[in-house]
Amino acid sequence: MSRLLPLVFAVPLVLAAVGVPLRRSIGSSRALVLAGALWLVGAGGWLLWATRDGGVVVARMGGWPPPVAITLAGDTFASLMLCVSGFVVGATAVFAFARGEDRRPFFHPAALVLTAGVGGAYLTADLFNLFVFVEVGLAASYVLVVSGAGREEARAGVVYVVANLLASTALLAAIALLYGAAGSVNLAQLAGVGSDRGTAAVAGVMVMAALGIKASVVPAHGWLPRSYPLAGPAVTAMLSGLLTKVGVYAAYRVGSVVLGGSSGIRIPLLVVAGATMVIGVLGAVGRNSMREILSFHMVSQIGYLVMALGISGATALSAGVFFMVQYIVVKASLFLVAGAVESLEGTGELGRTPGLARRRPVLSTAFAIAALSLAGVPPLSGFVGKLGLVRAAFDAREYLMGGVAVVVSFLTLASMVKIWNGSFGGRAVRGPRGRQTPARLLVAPGLLTASLSVVLGLGAETLWALAERAGAALADPGAYVRAVSG
Amino acid sequence: MAGALIVGILAGAGTYLLLQRGIVRVILGFVTLGHAVNVLLVLSGGPSRRGAPIAGARGVPADPLPQAFVLTAIVIAFGITAFLLALAFRSASETGDDDPEAA
Repeated sequence: MSRLLPLVFAVPLVLAAVGVPLRRSIGSSRALVLAGALWLVGAGGWLLWATRDGGVVVARMGGWPPPVAITLAGDTFASLMLCVSGFVVGATAVFAFARGEDRRPFFHPAALVLTAGVGGAYLTADLFNLFVFVEVGLAASYVLVVSGAGREEARAGVVYVVANLLASTALLAAIALLYGAAGSVNLAQLAGVGSDRGTAAVAGVMVMAALGIKASVVPAHGWLPRSYPLAGPAVTAMLSGLLTKVGVYAAYRVGSVVLGGSSGIRIPLLVVAGATMVIGVLGAVGRNSMREILSFHMVSQIGYLVMALGISGATALSAGVFFMVQYIVVKASLFLVAGAVESLEGTGELGRTPGLARRRPVLSTAFAIAALSLAGVPPLSGFVGKLGLVRAAFDAREYLMGGVAVVVSFLTLASMVKIWNGSFGGRAVRGPRGRQTPARLLVAPGLLTASLSVVLGLGAETLWALAERAGAALADPGAYVRAVSG
Repeated sequence: MAGALIVGILAGAGTYLLLQRGIVRVILGFVTLGHAVNVLLVLSGGPSRRGAPIAGARGVPADPLPQAFVLTAIVIAFGITAFLLALAFRSASETGDDDPEAA
């Protein structure tokens, strides 16, 4: 069974290769992308089932013995991320089809390569291959971001590419230093070196810092709000669910395995988390279009994830995993709704589309659900995630952190109300009209993702149990390390 | 020592170029910075720890891992540089300037 693990990212890569000669036929290209997304969901589900007893599925490339082989390892955390990433790729791809955004050159192969890179990054147990997979995903995302025609897109593309390339270069340098200090890039062999050797700890922290740029934590957050809102709406939704989260996911892994047990990174991580939450949410205040506001909130929510890593311990990490999984869904939903408003009304500027709630009740309902979930209102999934995080903070006597998290939630709610009042509320007046496209397919992805947030909120116990298993494995990576080292 | 000096000079030059406005200089900065990291990767194998980069004086084989890393990194950097140059070309033909931030 475990030999099938490489297929998780190999299949989307093959589909991408098939998609290049087929790219003129829009129907088969779309089928390929949906197949890739479904494949990722299915692979995540299979892996979830295979690791239901808390085990780790391990594959060694080329059949080499443990320290030599490049190792892939799938545990509960990785399978959850595979499932939710596949779901987001599928939902955003359908939205791109409905908008016609997939008529941009190489959209379908790039989306598939992105899927493959993200899937590989979740599974690799080897830092150098993490770099390679992240780079594969990023290269595809560069194509997606800059393939729009306009001048604004070109400018946003340059910011996006330069920031991420710098982060990749820093990540590679950090991995080189870690290899120099510890003599390996295999996560199992790097287990605990952060607390044993000072040089390795410095290199490990550098790896975390480089991943932090990719995850857009303060003070390296500037690139995200300057580039995401200018990419195509479907592309923004797709990237929001995948790439910054890969950075956070890898930081969880490295923090848990390499730096596990070293208390020195706790305070810096918490400071960064608090600053990210506050600066992200305050940055949204002065913005005036839906996607710009949402991009700043993306920065803010990353702070919650870093907070869980900073508090560490099984409770906080479980809450972090739960929050990350549901947050990917919620954020994709918000961007999908914002994109649908832009397509249907021609603009996402606040105040230009009054009375949208009366004219498009379904779309507005989807926005309301996702926005309340982002702010953390019960009974939606965001509430469960934030409750877990705040409780973990108070349990660990990080009262300031818990307080900041609660206050930022209120500010998030205020910001969501601002969007509602600006774009959805008020009397129905005809706004500037966008293209007449079949509206149903444009609205469906946003509604589907928003309803998943309701399901994850009302039926939180299933996901919470899985997140607890993943969090416990992160807090004590012994089983993961033993499985990888063979 | 010589290795550290090379990495330092390349990284310094690369950083300087990255901070320039024109996109072509930024690309050259990334190329230079990439070379700095490549040299760093080769050095991380450490002649002192695992013998010389080629089969050493005592016949100790070299550490193959950093060389594989560098090879991979060079290939990736090559692809990304080509992409960046295409982006710079498009940006220049749309704005008539190689400064992407110019209004």
